[in-house]
Amino acid sequence: MKNYIVTIPAAVAVTALLAGCAGGPSRSEAEYRQLALDTIKRDFQAKGQAKYERLTADELQQACNAHANNPPPELAAKLAGAQLATVKLPADDKYLGDWKSGEKIAQSGRGFTWSDKAENPAGGNCYNCHQIGPNESSFGTVGPSLLGYGKTRGNSPEMQKYTYSKIFNAKAFNLCSEMPRFGHAGALNEKQIKDLVALLLDPASPVNK
Amino acid sequence: MADPMKIRAQMKGDVAEIRILMSHAMETGQRKDAAGNTVPAHFIQSITIDVGGKRVVDGQTGTAISRNPVFGFKMKGAKAGDKVVVNWVDNKGDKRTDEATVA
Amino acid sequence: MKRSIVMATALTVTWSLPAAAQTKDANAEFEKFRAEMEESNPAELFELKGEELWKAKRGPKNVSLAESCDLGQGIGKVEGAWVKMPRYFADADAVMDGERRIVWCMTEKQGFKFADIAKKPFQGANDNNAPDITNLVTYVASASKNMKFDMPLHDDKVRDAYETGKAMAAYRAGPYDFSCNTCHGADGKRIRMQNLPNLSSPEGALRGVQGWPGYRMTGGVMLTSQWRMNDCFRQQRFPEPKYASQAVTNLIAYMTGNANGQMYKGPGIKR
Repeated sequence: MKNYIVTIPAAVAVTALLAGCAGGPSRSEAEYRQLALDTIKRDFQAKGQAKYERLTADELQQACNAHANNPPPELAAKLAGAQLATVKLPADDKYLGDWKSGEKIAQSGRGFTWSDKAENPAGGNCYNCHQIGPNESSFGTVGPSLLGYGKTRGNSPEMQKYTYSKIFNAKAFNLCSEMPRFGHAGALNEKQIKDLVALLLDPASPVNK
Repeated sequence: MADPMKIRAQMKGDVAEIRILMSHAMETGQRKDAAGNTVPAHFIQSITIDVGGKRVVDGQTGTAISRNPVFGFKMKGAKAGDKVVVNWVDNKGDKRTDEATVA
Repeated sequence: MKRSIVMATALTVTWSLPAAAQTKDANAEFEKFRAEMEESNPAELFELKGEELWKAKRGPKNVSLAESCDLGQGIGKVEGAWVKMPRYFADADAVMDGERRIVWCMTEKQGFKFADIAKKPFQGANDNNAPDITNLVTYVASASKNMKFDMPLHDDKVRDAYETGKAMAAYRAGPYDFSCNTCHGADGKRIRMQNLPNLSSPEGALRGVQGWPGYRMTGGVMLTSQWRMNDCFRQQRFPEPKYASQAVTNLIAYMTGNANGQMYKGPGIKR
């Protein structure tokens, strides 16, 4: 079994001649990024719904990867426009769904892992990273607290549209945000996003009490 | 054949600290396997511990105790060199005896 | 006869609180319990089995690892080997982490088939027994207890594994745009109530490499770093890293390198 042979990709092999000072990296960051990508492509395999194609970064992911999540302004402006263009706004121009259903979606961390069934609806994973409702003390801190979100921002049509768009594609507003693009990725549908908008903005939602 | 226990017995001042790790599935009889069949109860139901030839623990245990259980206690009246003998029997009649020496 | 009531001062109980009932206090309380359990970590039971396996003549070639396997410190020598891996092994011409190296010895020296080991390399929730490889890893890791991590980062090949692992940790892809660093790249982050170590810091990296191999009280299972990497990629919504692959070694090298110089306490115990 020859699983252990390291094949150094040709693209990197030519640069291996660069003299590396002992104790330090012997290649540039870009070369290690390429080596990392080649290693991932060689050493990962599809499982369940997590197909091999997921390993390929899309245009936005590539830009964030290549620039340590901080692409140069020109590229950033171009990409931000493209991300905003992906947002499909509801045809009926209504943004507020049912906050109670939104709370359930926010609670669910299901979806898209190789152990999730592809046919089951994904959850919003919201509490994994955000504080949201006052009655849920088990919340993550990867993202900012959203407690009182609507109370401090108001419930204007613009705010509703922004919140909907942000959940649909967070990268339209913060290019290399850690937040997934739930609508763009097909994780949440229009109704689900509306319900989440209601959870955040509806004056009756506990978030705003 | 059951797996061995790990027994640690140490004098701290005039008190012996004894800790016993047991390797056992401790099935509650409530759990279902992947195929949906109930996994039959399988648990240690009695334990005896002798220290220096004297029985110090004679206890009954049940399914509320976790897999690979840990028993720890402190006792007076033991001394370095005393033999610790632990014995358990489970509900299927499987048993195991292991020994250690108080250090 | 009077039944004794001296029983258990510390029972390993498996618990699951409803998410809403968990609070910061519960976390602190659990941490105390976990610290107490370090003294009687059921991982020791797996160490015992691992030691037997290490010394037993096994496999189609009927040799023991003790008489054939070099973990970098000489054939059969386990003391201090764990904290000095990943390292470069000339006989395999590869940088390998501890688990990968043991697998290599099992295939090359004992004649086991890699596919057989890789078929089920991790203990499943509520499996009664851990795979042999997990017991062996636990034994080898325990033989570095109270030693400092000392991965040879000055070796160019190890450095390459480290730097590649670092770049892999930053690689974003998949439906949620996640990388390892999404959760593990900054201090003070949590997913729900679970604290996430910042693997780029010495303290966070130590938490990463200290934890695995570790005994997980939920389900009563013994799990390794290879498993931890595997399950992280599941949660990252990525495809699966192949078992004992260079990719996993690189990530372990990245963490171990960041943890270098700090004390390893032996196999961990986890919620």
